[in-house]
Amino acid sequence: MKVLEGLYYSKDHEWVKVEGDKAYVGITDYAQHSLGNIVYIELPEVGAELSAGDVLGVVESVKAASDVYIPVNGKVIDVNTSIIDDPSLVNNDPYENWMILVELKDKSQLDNLMTAEKYKKFLDEE
Amino acid sequence: MDSLKKTPLFDLYKKYNGKIIDFAGWALPVQFESIISEHEAVRNAAGLFDVSHMGEITVKGREAFAFLQNLITNDLSKLKDNQVFYTFMCNYDGGVVDDLLVYKYSDKHYYLVVNAANIEKDYKWMRDNKGVYDVEINNISDEVSELAIQGPKAEEILQKLTDTDLSQIKFFYFKDNVKIAGVDCIVSRTGYTGEDGFEIYMPNKYAAELWEKIIETGKEYGLKPVGLGARDTLRFEAGLPLYGNELSEEITPLEAGFEFFVKFDKGNFIGKDALLKQKEEGLKRKIVGFEMIDNGIPRHGYEVRADNQKIGYITTGYFSPTLKKNIGLALIDAKYAEMGNQIEIVIRNKPLKALIISKNFYKKNYKK
Repeated sequence: MKVLEGLYYSKDHEWVKVEGDKAYVGITDYAQHSLGNIVYIELPEVGAELSAGDVLGVVESVKAASDVYIPVNGKVIDVNTSIIDDPSLVNNDPYENWMILVELKDKSQLDNLMTAEKYKKFLDEE
Repeated sequence: MDSLKKTPLFDLYKKYNGKIIDFAGWALPVQFESIISEHEAVRNAAGLFDVSHMGEITVKGREAFAFLQNLITNDLSKLKDNQVFYTFMCNYDGGVVDDLLVYKYSDKHYYLVVNAANIEKDYKWMRDNKGVYDVEINNISDEVSELAIQGPKAEEILQKLTDTDLSQIKFFYFKDNVKIAGVDCIVSRTGYTGEDGFEIYMPNKYAAELWEKIIETGKEYGLKPVGLGARDTLRFEAGLPLYGNELSEEITPLEAGFEFFVKFDKGNFIGKDALLKQKEEGLKRKIVGFEMIDNGIPRHGYEVRADNQKIGYITTGYFSPTLKKNIGLALIDAKYAEMGNQIEIVIRNKPLKALIISKNFYKKNYKK
């Protein structure tokens, strides 16, 4: 399973890529692999204020619908509409095809997430 | 997973990257490569399914015909030797105990194929209704494995492994003692995908070997191993019901839209009175097909609404891999069941528009 260095990871298999005060959020390779063929994605409205643990969107595979949670507080400043048009992009490259861009409200929350190294270990135990 | 029942092919799943799930108490692969690629392989080339979890029950004896004719809704007098038909076994209220295939060797010997989750229930139901009929009923499910090869290339692939001329086995007929790769099998031209293909029954000990031979032979034709995920999307597109979704003890064959397999003029059978009454009074509920107008995937169990009230629920729903549309089947109040009607599907608390369409989403490719 692909795990990129330099990202933050949650136990629910979301990744966070920080750029200054903003962060891209998506699902990991492990998550897309567990889901199988992704056929539908629902994302929040731009402007939505989300708190860590809130549902940021829904990813549906052929078999089932799964919630995606945001691991940090943030205000949605952009959503990736190209994955709504073609959800299979997330299967092809889950790190390139982010879901939302947020303005980070509390950067200290990143300390609660895993580094790539820790996430790899976490996956080994899954 | 350790407590789950396993088919003789369980140890092979790993080799083909099978993702194992608990299906009605069985450890079975939901997918190998991906549901969509497996689905497409069956529609365009061929797929191989391990369906060894299905149950097999034999009915033999002097009164086998009379016993079964009373037990099932289809007319057994119409079934020829070596022919197979689909039927329901109903309870006295007209609800479906199970849907099954009946293979006829002779009027004293039948072979029944039932759903995995219902094997024990069916077997008990049959024994409970044996009464004074002179028959012997045997549950041989634990001895028999079943493989299904389905798709437009199924015959060509399987033919490479046998001297029996498979083109002589017509749609919904079977042949016994067919040697496939040297293994003695029952082969029927039946299946659950809407495509041409065969179901193959054999003693457990040969199943793994036969699976490998078919995979090997089929590779150059594009055959893939297929899991339960694609099995469900395929049968659903073809308008074939799934027990526990479109059929149950609480849903009658008439409500499910399968009156064709209920022969009221054949004489008495269990459930006839209740079904006849339902037919005469008119159906209060019906299973309909629908297509989403708004964007969203309908799922099993979701609420269906019209006129600001609940009118039913979804029995099966998917993004259809072949049609590339979000479609479903729903059990709804009959007065809303007309084709072309607009209904609402509640997806994550939002009512989304859908249109009632024919349940035959996909045109079947049977070779008749």
